[in-house]
Amino acid sequence: MSDVDFSLWVYLSQTPLLWLSVTLLAFGMTDAFSRKLYRHPLVNPVLLAILVIAGLLRITGTPYRTYFEGAQFIHFLLGPATVALAFPLYEHRGTVRRALLPMMVALIAGSITAIISAVWIASLLGVPRSMLLSLAPKSVTAGVAMGITEQLGGDPALTAVLVILTGIMGAIIATPLLNALGVKDWRARGLAVGLAAHGIGTARAFQVHPIAGTFAGIAMGLNALLTAILVPLAASFIP
Amino acid sequence: MIIALALILMCQLAGEILARAMGLPIPGPVLGMAIMFALLMTRSRFEWLKRPAGDGALEQMGSGILASLSLLFVPAGVGIIQRLDILADHWVALGIALIASTVLAMVVTVFTFRLIAGKGDTP
Repeated sequence: MSDVDFSLWVYLSQTPLLWLSVTLLAFGMTDAFSRKLYRHPLVNPVLLAILVIAGLLRITGTPYRTYFEGAQFIHFLLGPATVALAFPLYEHRGTVRRALLPMMVALIAGSITAIISAVWIASLLGVPRSMLLSLAPKSVTAGVAMGITEQLGGDPALTAVLVILTGIMGAIIATPLLNALGVKDWRARGLAVGLAAHGIGTARAFQVHPIAGTFAGIAMGLNALLTAILVPLAASFIP
Repeated sequence: MIIALALILMCQLAGEILARAMGLPIPGPVLGMAIMFALLMTRSRFEWLKRPAGDGALEQMGSGILASLSLLFVPAGVGIIQRLDILADHWVALGIALIASTVLAMVVTVFTFRLIAGKGDTP
């Protein structure tokens, strides 16, 4: 690099502008790619954008802290976006009210399954108890899951990793799995993906159908509450 | 538009305050969603809400944010990819547990819903 290039890079790498633009551009491209392939579930725009950006950070030797100074403006919108889930909920409130009972029972059954099965399978495969605690709340939105883990003496950073991995994986497998099961009801499909794969699953559901997105949003919100109650109970059974 | 954004942020703020003050295990933004929902249900009753919450700007702002919901997970995801080492020697076991548990949770949710609501397409 010449001195001019270098000083430009030093300047750009210190402003939030560069990595904010890179994040928008990377997602814009992967999202267009996903659209071009008719939203094929395996071409997940979130995962692709993450890989592209992580690659760029590695090539340029940029620490995550520097990246996040730019990306925080996007990250911040997660809160307002959660509030905005009230709009589709309001728009489809009739559909939601008519499905209230089956929805609640399905959420409770699904929430218990998500917690118990993860902990049980991992313990069978020899994962130590300290990690099992961090695994239990993996199906709920990261903020809540990390809070639960912290309260129980697990590792919140491990929980964050497991939560995001669960979300990406859930968003990818939901469509082929639910198709294979022959589920055509958008309400049930949305509930399943929102419950198992929180916000990333909800984002996927909105790509597929507005009713699915609405129910995914409800499932995500209520599962955060259910899991916060159930995981401390379940933890007392972990030997 | 500014009023719409302010209303959304104020709902989140109220949710955060409520969650913290009462020590609730629900995230502030989720409570904010409940508050926004209550606001939408009652807006026709309050004269001062009719203009800011009833002219469609709120819905426009909301659907604008939700349209790019996927994008919002990218910054956190980039951080996660760099911390995969935390899974240590257990990454295979944890990976299997995550996949199996996600599949089981979806299957149980879908079939419980179907059992009670009856089979069929969205009405």
